[in-house]
Amino acid sequence: MKFFHLIWGNLLRRKLRTALTLLSILVAFVLFGVLCAVKEALAGGIAVVGANRLIVRHKVSLIQLLPETYKARMEKIPGVAAVTHQTWFGGIYQDPKNFFMQNPVIPDEFLAMFPEIVLPPEQLKAWKETRTGAIVGRKTAERFHWKIGDKIPIKSPIWMQKTWEFDIVGIFDGSTKGWDTTPLYFRYDYFDEVRKGQNFGTGLVGWYTIQIQDPAQAAVVAQRIDDEFANSTAETRTEPQGAFVQAFANQTGNIVLIVSGILGAVFFTILLVTGSTMSQAVRERIGEIGVLKAIGFTNGQVLALVLAESCLLTVIGGGLGLSFAYLATAAGDPTHGMLPRYFLPAGDLWLGLAISVILGLLTGFFPALQAMRLQVAEALRRM
Amino acid sequence: MSDQSSKNDTLVRVDGVEKMFRRGSEDIHVLANLSLQVPAGEFLALMGPSGSGKSTLLNLIGGLDRPTKGTVQIAGERIDALSDHQLAAWRARHIGFVFQLYNLMPVLTAELNVELPLLLTSLSKAERRKHVATALAMVGLSHRANHYPRTLSGGEQQRVGIARGIVTDPTLLLCDEPTGDLDGKAGDEILNLLQALNREHGKTIIMVTHDPHASARASRTVHLTKGQLTTEALQ
Amino acid sequence: MFNWISQIASITKFGLLSIPQRRGAVAATVIGIAGVVLVFVGVLSIAAGFRRVMQSSAAPDSAIVLRSGADSEMVSGFGRNETRLIADVPGVARNAQGPLASAELFVIINLPKRSTGTDANVPLRGVESAATAVRDRFQIVQGRMFGWGKNEVVVGAGAAKEFAGLEVGGTVKVGSDDWPIVGLFTCGDGLAESEIWTDAKILQGAYHRGDSFQSMYVRLDSAGAFDRFKDALTTNPQLSVSVQRQADFYATQSERVTQLVTTLGLLITSLMAVGAVFGALNTMYSAVAARTREIATLRALGFGSGAIVLALMIESSALAMIGGTLGGLVAFVGFNNFHAATLNWQSFSQVTFAFAVTPLLLLLGVILATGIGLIGGLLPAIRAARLPIAAALREL
Repeated sequence: MKFFHLIWGNLLRRKLRTALTLLSILVAFVLFGVLCAVKEALAGGIAVVGANRLIVRHKVSLIQLLPETYKARMEKIPGVAAVTHQTWFGGIYQDPKNFFMQNPVIPDEFLAMFPEIVLPPEQLKAWKETRTGAIVGRKTAERFHWKIGDKIPIKSPIWMQKTWEFDIVGIFDGSTKGWDTTPLYFRYDYFDEVRKGQNFGTGLVGWYTIQIQDPAQAAVVAQRIDDEFANSTAETRTEPQGAFVQAFANQTGNIVLIVSGILGAVFFTILLVTGSTMSQAVRERIGEIGVLKAIGFTNGQVLALVLAESCLLTVIGGGLGLSFAYLATAAGDPTHGMLPRYFLPAGDLWLGLAISVILGLLTGFFPALQAMRLQVAEALRRM
Repeated sequence: MSDQSSKNDTLVRVDGVEKMFRRGSEDIHVLANLSLQVPAGEFLALMGPSGSGKSTLLNLIGGLDRPTKGTVQIAGERIDALSDHQLAAWRARHIGFVFQLYNLMPVLTAELNVELPLLLTSLSKAERRKHVATALAMVGLSHRANHYPRTLSGGEQQRVGIARGIVTDPTLLLCDEPTGDLDGKAGDEILNLLQALNREHGKTIIMVTHDPHASARASRTVHLTKGQLTTEALQ
Repeated sequence: MFNWISQIASITKFGLLSIPQRRGAVAATVIGIAGVVLVFVGVLSIAAGFRRVMQSSAAPDSAIVLRSGADSEMVSGFGRNETRLIADVPGVARNAQGPLASAELFVIINLPKRSTGTDANVPLRGVESAATAVRDRFQIVQGRMFGWGKNEVVVGAGAAKEFAGLEVGGTVKVGSDDWPIVGLFTCGDGLAESEIWTDAKILQGAYHRGDSFQSMYVRLDSAGAFDRFKDALTTNPQLSVSVQRQADFYATQSERVTQLVTTLGLLITSLMAVGAVFGALNTMYSAVAARTREIATLRALGFGSGAIVLALMIESSALAMIGGTLGGLVAFVGFNNFHAATLNWQSFSQVTFAFAVTPLLLLLGVILATGIGLIGGLLPAIRAARLPIAAALREL
């Protein structure tokens, strides 16, 4: 636009001051981006749940096991399209610090239930042919540098404290961003067979995932399932996958609140710093503003010029900061594989940009008002 | 070009104007019952000691301020009755200012400074460029178009100021002590320029000055003492 | 020497006196630094509070015995015979009732968190009668202890604050039954306060655990008795156990959460501190610019460059320290003892704790602030000292 030279020139008037203010804004937005990624890692996962999936667990707690026989009964319930189960294995690979989830599953059913898991067909074939076979998510595979063909020993303190050995036959990815690729899945039939041998917990599973025919019927079908098993030894609690994930995230704490609190403090500070810089800048230019008005710039135009200046500063700073944050988060998980997902959601990037514009308007507001109200003759005297 | 057919049309008509300022609890009367007429094409000098109100009168004529009493008519238009917003637009179209301290934007080059009043018009970029080039040529500074004010001498800066003042081809050029900050030679150059603008291009100029050498170049001088006019004969 | 100090003092005084003129910029920097310290202290007080809960649970003469290879109670298990063997080992303290050893087991039940309304895992622990002596700061503060052999529970003070529906006189759903809550207990701000307790025998029955337990909490004769106790157990061929001091056990339990919070906290604070340095630089540069003529005059009069640099840095640091103290104070008032709970991955259940704004954190906060002030003041100070005097005197 034609007023660009004037606005840009004013920003360059005191290069050092502009640079320092810009850097403060930049840092604030880097922080914004990083915190959004952290929030997504700890409390996200809602976006990747399927609207047509329910989780069925033991009513009293997730740790209690459910009978395998429930599967047949659930398949008969109207509205249920498919049923499969998983169980918490709780194994340790070398060191408890190297935590990742390992669950026994039924391969075909499991992959059908979770189409977001992408596994090459030849790897699936190998899995079905290898009793001790396991597929592992790419994140964990990269963390420990596993390849297909590796034998992985995992010790399970829960399941008979023996060391189980699995053959890596496949590495899977997620088709949607944010899908957790840290778990390892192995075959349920192998799991149950070993259990039978020691007569320990045979025929018991951790939780079921149900695929329903119509997402709108989620609450109804959930109630039907819980009714089916009410008053039995193992009562169930069924909820949509989203609610389950949300509740779990809430156990970590009110992450969203904490992150918002920190960001609030940061932006308030930036507001002060930038606002103070803009006020100073305007005060130094009272004479020039008078000249502009003498030439014929209206009060409104002068207001707009000041606001444009502050917005340009905040948007450039914000844009750069968000870019750095994006690059930083794309570089990888700082906890090296502990977090199930680590990325900066596109929605948050746009939010950040919008915030930078609002920041510009807020910081420029009072100085702009002051510039607008200046009486020409008075201002000229102060040139 | 401005709307005037003959040199005898009254361009500026100031009638019974009073201006009062309030300083703290005191009322200060700067102008009292002042009337003045300026025909189109005149080069008028306003002289007077400091505090006599000459800058105030200039501000009233230029629409930078409103009189407490009385009227100010420029080209038949009652500018004392215009709102702030209307006055801004009016100034953009009708007035060019030249200031004692040049008042250039230090962050803009010479040509961008001259372009400033044109940004308020609806001219295209190419047309603006043309007008700027013309104005700079008229003041003899085409070769300094890309320079920032801090690399220009005082005289050169004032010439840029004049170019800015005439680039929109205004009805009236108002100069507040244009040579006040310049030494003899540079000051002379400025006055030559103003005279040329008046004689060869027919520009109406009102100049406030306390320097008799400057006022000698004008076609008429009026004196202001304590807010009242006393007129001297035409030169 | 004195001359030099008095020079610095005068310059600093002029500087501080000119603050009212530039109060906008000064306020912005002070508040900016206060913000950094606030976040620093606030986030790290989460880690400190969490660690504190874990550590106050552990007296130096107490030990915990788990099955060999188990790193948490959840994955450990003992039979009745083993617990008897462990309780009889020499080194275990005794009172009139017998050895101070409590065989325990725990399950997880779901209750809604007050803060989010969603369900979370709460530990329900079955204990033996020695449990209250093993954890010596156990105290019933409301109601009474549960009756041994009865389906009754007592609730920890932390759990009562964090979860809905845990008042004395209310009930808790255990399996398919409702058990009455008969008392509220505190235990020296330790981990136990996040839990609900009942008789181990009753819990075993309700959850079909036979006569098995998951852990043994033991009080020793003295802190020095630990090594002997541990050797006796690990060399016994009938037992396959791991023995730790309770303090060590809790340290490893809290490690992951503490590490995560500390790493994130430091990351966030470093970024904020960098931003604050820029803000401080900004303020100090404009301070120097605004006082150019004044500083040049001082130098023309004979004040040394060194004194000017030091004075400006003192001023910058003083302002920063004020900001840091302010931030620490707000953190203390706002966060100290703020009640929260988070998931302990080892026990897979909620640990309730309170944010702990410790004196150490406050001190670190002030040091951080001062550091920001020093860095922010250094470069502008050097610029002020190197201004060409004549040019500066002319500047308006």
